[in-house]
Amino acid sequence: MSRHPYVRPVSKTTWYMRNGRYKRYMLREVTCLLVGLYSFLAIWALAALAAGPNQWAAFLKTQQSPGLAGMHAVMLIYFLVFMTFDWFKLAPKAMAVQAGGKKVPDRVIVIAHYAAWAVISLFVFWLAGVL
Amino acid sequence: MSMRQMELEVMRYDPEQDEKPRFQKYSVPCVDDWAILDALNYVKDNIDTTLAYRWSCHMMVCGSCGMMVNGEPSLTCKTFIRDLPDHVRIEPLANFPIERDLVVVLDDVMEKLRMAKPFIIRKDPPPEDQEFIQSRAALYKFKQYTMCVNCMCCYAACPQYALDSSFIGPAVLALAHRYNIDSRDQGKSERLNLLADHDGVWECSFVGACSEVCPKSVDPAAAVQQMKIDGAKEWWKQKLGGGKS
Repeated sequence: MSRHPYVRPVSKTTWYMRNGRYKRYMLREVTCLLVGLYSFLAIWALAALAAGPNQWAAFLKTQQSPGLAGMHAVMLIYFLVFMTFDWFKLAPKAMAVQAGGKKVPDRVIVIAHYAAWAVISLFVFWLAGVL
Repeated sequence: MSMRQMELEVMRYDPEQDEKPRFQKYSVPCVDDWAILDALNYVKDNIDTTLAYRWSCHMMVCGSCGMMVNGEPSLTCKTFIRDLPDHVRIEPLANFPIERDLVVVLDDVMEKLRMAKPFIIRKDPPPEDQEFIQSRAALYKFKQYTMCVNCMCCYAACPQYALDSSFIGPAVLALAHRYNIDSRDQGKSERLNLLADHDGVWECSFVGACSEVCPKSVDPAAAVQQMKIDGAKEWWKQKLGGGKS
């Protein structure tokens, strides 16, 4: 009897279509493109700020155009849904915290992240004069 | 006890006759409290004696009956008929070469297990004439990782291993981590040098599927992320401490 193990092919380009788990992962990872896009936006904003009040006002105006405002809204929601929620959900995996000899439950670590997020957001709003 | 007629669509591969795998359907009268493994045993005993698959304990201990059930890596002894539709597709564990029918070749993982040095390494001599004392808290740090039965469902779920089998992979890394965080062990740096290398923890892109499919609720994804932190700390220590590496 001879051995001829069969190796099933795996597509290098469409592997993530195999199940919902992989698709969700790709949706999370693809946010890196938006992070890249946002860094260009930040550079553009800084350049406008450095160029003087007129250029800054012009920059702000371009951001309020329906197309760009819509893009901001979609990106914000996307970041919140896939980046924040998914990473917060995964955070306990990287944090092996013990208290009283036992592992702190994952949900406590996740809740602590949301609490820290809320506190930092409030601070930023306060700093920006919104609150 | 209620009965249900189920259709099992089973992947078959005969290395002496088939060029590639094919599917064969079996109609099986199943009792509702059966597991998929019972249905396969029914096929083997009553319909088709040529069907090849691995199993031993039927109680989630031996880890040998891992297969893809409707695309999900599962231990077939704990995957119950009552939780499944009337049509079930059974394939050998994904990401491994198929030896025959539902039997896969596990040589690669067996070799990697050796690399992880899954045993206690001591630099100081062990205590003489007495056991190692370990607190309950120290035990709880790694206890979940000792539950792994090497069923390799995590490898079948891991897209990184699917794309590049040189990746050491979830179960082996989790086992290495289990010894790294054991208070009796002193071999962490020996393991980190190997596992924090290119094919080790950094190949993991944190899909997390390994932990989701684990039939024993082990969390290999957590082990790998914690090893990444350990690896990074060690790297900095070596850089700042005069390049001991």
